[in-house]
Amino acid sequence: MSQAATIAPPLRSRRMHMQGTLPVLVLFLPPALLLFTLFVILPMGEAAWYSLYDWNGYGLPEKFVGLKNFETLWRTSAFKTALGNNFLIILVSILIQLPLALWLATMVSNRIPGAVVFRLIFFMPYVLADVAAGLIWRFVYDGDYGLFAAIASFFNVASPYVLADRNLAIYAVLAVIVWKYFGFHMMLFIAGLQNIDKSYIEAAEIDGASRWQRFRYVTLPLLAPTIRLSVFFSVVGSLQLFDMIMPLTGGGPSNSTQTMVTFLYSYGITRMKVGFGSAIGVVLFVICVTLAFGYRRIFMRHD
Amino acid sequence: MKLRTLLGASVALALSASSAFADVTVKWLHLNTDPGIAAAWEEIVKNYEAAHPGTKIEMQFLENEAFKAKLPTLLQSNDPPHLFYTWGGGVLAAQSQTGAIKDVTEAMDADGGKLKAVYSPALVDGLSIDGKVWAVPYQTGLVSFYYNKDLFKKAGVEADQIKTWDDFLAAVKKLKDAGITPIAGGGGDKWPIHFYWGYLAMREGGKAAFDAAKAGEGDGFKSEAFLKAGQDLAALGKLEPFQQGYLGSKWPEPVGLFADGKVAMLLGFDSTPVQQHNVAGDGKGLDEANIGSFPFPATSGGAGKLTDTMGGINGWVLTKNAPPEALDFAAFLTNKENQTMMAGKNLIIPAAVGAGSAIGQPLVKAAAEQLAASTWHQNFLDQDLGPAVGRVVNDVSVEIVSGQMSPEDAAQQIQDAWDLDH
Repeated sequence: MSQAATIAPPLRSRRMHMQGTLPVLVLFLPPALLLFTLFVILPMGEAAWYSLYDWNGYGLPEKFVGLKNFETLWRTSAFKTALGNNFLIILVSILIQLPLALWLATMVSNRIPGAVVFRLIFFMPYVLADVAAGLIWRFVYDGDYGLFAAIASFFNVASPYVLADRNLAIYAVLAVIVWKYFGFHMMLFIAGLQNIDKSYIEAAEIDGASRWQRFRYVTLPLLAPTIRLSVFFSVVGSLQLFDMIMPLTGGGPSNSTQTMVTFLYSYGITRMKVGFGSAIGVVLFVICVTLAFGYRRIFMRHD
Repeated sequence: MKLRTLLGASVALALSASSAFADVTVKWLHLNTDPGIAAAWEEIVKNYEAAHPGTKIEMQFLENEAFKAKLPTLLQSNDPPHLFYTWGGGVLAAQSQTGAIKDVTEAMDADGGKLKAVYSPALVDGLSIDGKVWAVPYQTGLVSFYYNKDLFKKAGVEADQIKTWDDFLAAVKKLKDAGITPIAGGGGDKWPIHFYWGYLAMREGGKAAFDAAKAGEGDGFKSEAFLKAGQDLAALGKLEPFQQGYLGSKWPEPVGLFADGKVAMLLGFDSTPVQQHNVAGDGKGLDEANIGSFPFPATSGGAGKLTDTMGGINGWVLTKNAPPEALDFAAFLTNKENQTMMAGKNLIIPAAVGAGSAIGQPLVKAAAEQLAASTWHQNFLDQDLGPAVGRVVNDVSVEIVSGQMSPEDAAQQIQDAWDLDH
């Protein structure tokens, strides 16, 4: 009862506030709403509709199959591999890429000579187009003519063919992902570190905190919002990963490096199974929305 | 009133006159990356434009995979190309059912079948679905084994002695024993491996097995012939015949290995002996005299013939709203004169009757002759069976040869995909 009483006044005032902004809403909302509906809501609805049909992309979908596409999807082992790989990418991003980016950020955020140059170097892979990065690393990994072949022949050992190995290929891809994106996360952390008031650290220093203690008890907690943001980007990025995988492995060998989006492309689009592809899209959408909103609600509530 | 009619008439006249001389642009979508073919096409386009003032040919390019992925959307857009490349088969069949493309049967049969008579009947047939012609034939191709004569000599293998699959497996062993990588394989792209499964199924079952499977008779793709094809392929896989890392190798990397003399054999296209120069490490590649070829071997007890061939059938499809000039240009591009010109440069095995004799390169010529004598020409399976089943065939071929899937499971997967589509 008392709770309701405390909530009521702000509500009323908000309503009054709304009335004042109504003309503004009427004027400014429709264009954005129209664009959003046309290019976001409508395609999503269409995908959901297509996912119930067996359709090759020509004409209109006519062969209604109900939930069969989802059933087939669930039985396809490549789908589970793709899903697993996406989670592996998230895991590696958090456990390897994030600490690496944070560590480098703490080193190059200080005003030491050469820091800017290093920042630039570390950031370079991120600037590179995904496809270009994929092609470069395909050459690096090549066991016949690539860098790996050269290294192997220098040490006089058999050349490894990592991208052709079902068990190794995904780790080779993960290495490229970390290489490509740590620079971006490093930049996030540098921005975060520069926002921390130096006086806190000085105060800790005066109190006799060690270097590690200063990092653990001052820097890290103050950096928490940035870390949460970085993890958020890793999660979203993992679910979108496509254009680097295609030139590297194309999802192979034996679908071992498939991600959700490459799986959608090879099973939905190249096979002209638009209905099935839409079903994958719907599942991907549900996962994205759940993860994004769930994450924001749970971890980024106060940010 | 009079003035108005006069005005109207003159306007109409002006309009009709301008439409007669108006710039018609024929939009021609292709996926060619070969510089030799590009040069030949440019010459043909120049000649056509010179002979037809006011008509412009606009070449549009899409890379192979992009072409396949984008075409459905493109065909249903407001700005589809007028003319585009096709491999025939299931994809063409799907397109023909949508009303997005033009039935060219009438044009083929006009003037007592004047246009139809230009092309080899087998190719017109290959681009027909239920008695209707859906594309203007352009070229054909043959998949067969090419080998490095020096490496064969070194290992003591004689190509003319390879008649059966067992002979072939023995040759592979001999090459391995001599320390030579027997075959260059493109497992990363998968379709280069599907040639093996496809040819083996053709040799084991013959045309009858394919016809029965497509008609849904008997056990379909789970029948004896297809199972045996899988077992034959698994037997090859056990010998580990391919280069290291072949599972990640994408075309034309295997051709490069062959061109560099690092592997003894390649199951490739008729154009491979000529194109290998472009992908060689030293820019030269093998001397063409050092390359030999032999047809895909027969299997003992198989129903297929050694003269049954597998390879591409390509043509040009017209879209629904293509101007008449598009058909006219397609006919010009594929007329005997232009096809002879391209064949003379060893660029294609032409579709036009009589143009093939212009081929000078002995290996390409031999392929053309084999095709002319073919007892049954099977289009690439990943086109013929449609994109969905075709990709499954590609997938399982790689899985079988790399020992990841049993021939039984593979046959089941193909049949499942087929059932889903039909």
